[in-house]
Amino acid sequence: MIFTAFATAQAQEHNGDYAFDDEIESDGGKVNTKEEIDSYIDHHLKDSHDFHLFSYSDDAGVRKHVGFSLPVIVWSSEGLKFFMSSKFHHDDDGKVLVNDGDATFTKLHSKIYELDKGAAAIKFDADHHPTNAHRVFDMSITKSVFGLLFIGLLMLLVFGALAKQYRTKKIPTGFGRVLEPLVLYVRDEIARPNIGETKYRKYMGYLLTVFFLIWISNLLGLTPFGFNITGQIAVTVCLALFTFIIVQFSGNKDYWMHIFWMPGVPVLMKIALIPIELIGLLTKPFSLLVRLFANITAGHVVVMGLIALMITLKAQFGIVGSTGLSIFLTLFLSVIELLVAFLQAFIFTMLSALFIGMAVAEHDHHEHAGADEDDVDEVRERFI
Amino acid sequence: MLDLINDFSPGLFFMQALILIILIVLMRKFAWKPILNALSEREEGIAEALAAAENAKIEMANLEASNQAAAQEARAQRDEMLKDAREIKEKMIADAAGQAQEKADKIIAQAQEAIEAEKKAALADIKSQVANLSVDIAEKVTRKELSQKDAQHALIEQLLAEANI
Amino acid sequence: METAYNLIGAGLIVIGGGIGLGQIGGKAMEAIARQPEAAGKIQTAMIIIGALLEGLAFGALLLGKN
Repeated sequence: MIFTAFATAQAQEHNGDYAFDDEIESDGGKVNTKEEIDSYIDHHLKDSHDFHLFSYSDDAGVRKHVGFSLPVIVWSSEGLKFFMSSKFHHDDDGKVLVNDGDATFTKLHSKIYELDKGAAAIKFDADHHPTNAHRVFDMSITKSVFGLLFIGLLMLLVFGALAKQYRTKKIPTGFGRVLEPLVLYVRDEIARPNIGETKYRKYMGYLLTVFFLIWISNLLGLTPFGFNITGQIAVTVCLALFTFIIVQFSGNKDYWMHIFWMPGVPVLMKIALIPIELIGLLTKPFSLLVRLFANITAGHVVVMGLIALMITLKAQFGIVGSTGLSIFLTLFLSVIELLVAFLQAFIFTMLSALFIGMAVAEHDHHEHAGADEDDVDEVRERFI
Repeated sequence: MLDLINDFSPGLFFMQALILIILIVLMRKFAWKPILNALSEREEGIAEALAAAENAKIEMANLEASNQAAAQEARAQRDEMLKDAREIKEKMIADAAGQAQEKADKIIAQAQEAIEAEKKAALADIKSQVANLSVDIAEKVTRKELSQKDAQHALIEQLLAEANI
Repeated sequence: METAYNLIGAGLIVIGGGIGLGQIGGKAMEAIARQPEAAGKIQTAMIIIGALLEGLAFGALLLGKN
């Protein structure tokens, strides 16, 4: 289902006969045409530098934005710069320039560019790439960072409270009763069977943190606040990289032997297997990051596309018909997305645990007569 | 793919890595460690309690078994005692009967002996009396022989009748 | 023109992925029907394999996306 959803999203994105009328350019104006919807979705998928809830036109026809701006922290040619994103006035097309000391910044498609020295306005080449500006190292508290901080704080508070409960009683009460089975689920269904009874404890901190971080991020993405944290490629790259590093650092002799000198095969084959195993080493985190990113992105695109049905199908079904259809389909898809939100967190944690388990597993080569478990592991290994 | 690489924000990556590291460290310290410790402690407690209950059950069963064994033993003992008693009784009866028989036999034998002795004595007495009688008769016969033959016979007849034993 | 090729490629990926997912799901259902008591384990394995396939297909889609 996720798969088809993404395929639909792809097809939508590739239906490239839209006439472009940028609502962002017109300062968040009305979203009425397919093209506007498309660019709105596109804009949503990107990280933004302010927390924007919604916009409306007041009686005088002036656009009002509801939300708040977030701090921008950039490392520019002039060093570390700090200002509020409200200075950009919701501009996203490089029109508003912000001067901070000697550096001039502008925001283009949710990215902050620093203009080259002496440039008064941003210039674009034929492909709409800026020619006289370069990207800066943007450590801003963007919407995603804000979301991550919020989730981190939430997790600390909620699970800290659960931890505190255990000090006084054996069985938690209240919300802790909901959280405890989740922790147990990660421990008993994900970590223990995949890493092994003796070694799982060391990795529980990472697995639990990542599981809840991804899950809450995914769930937050389904709220109307418009977070898209796990739909940011940088976030998933970071998560996958953490798993990758943990796997490599916990790999034992057997693990490296299986990569560089596969036991039990002829020497020529061993040499041929090295590059394959090395590629396999890299594809594991790659598939991890791509899966999470693509699932969440696809989910967001399809949900927003379905919401947009009430605009695109207004001509055919009338207001009530298109709105009803849109609500029905969105509701249906949102339920699936709720499942996907959990499933992706589960899969990410599960595969991380599996990779770690493969790295720390003690193989007893060629002596396992009836060891079915080992065989299963090896089959899995070949699969991945 | 190019779009993706273009979308990749190193700053966001940096911030995410920073937040993740801090979060992992904090969560480990303040949440996961106490929670997992408490959970495993509780599980151990439950396992221990279960084991203790199981042990108690086994002990109980053992106790019951030993009780049963004791009862069985007591019953066996009682049975044996009863059997012994019965045996003794039977033996006593048999003994008594034997003794009585013996005594009776003895008495009978004594009686028989006494009878025999009496008999012998009587016979001896008879013999002596017969002898006396015969002597008497012979005396009378010899005294009367001279007078009468018939009277002699009658006398003998008379004497013999007198001598009827 | 490139968009058309991309779309054809995406379609091929979706067909391949669909067949693969169908196989996984179908076989898993058969296995669960045969051994309902092992449903949990089969489901987990199914989800893992499905996710691996999904990752492959998504990777291909993203690589193909210009």
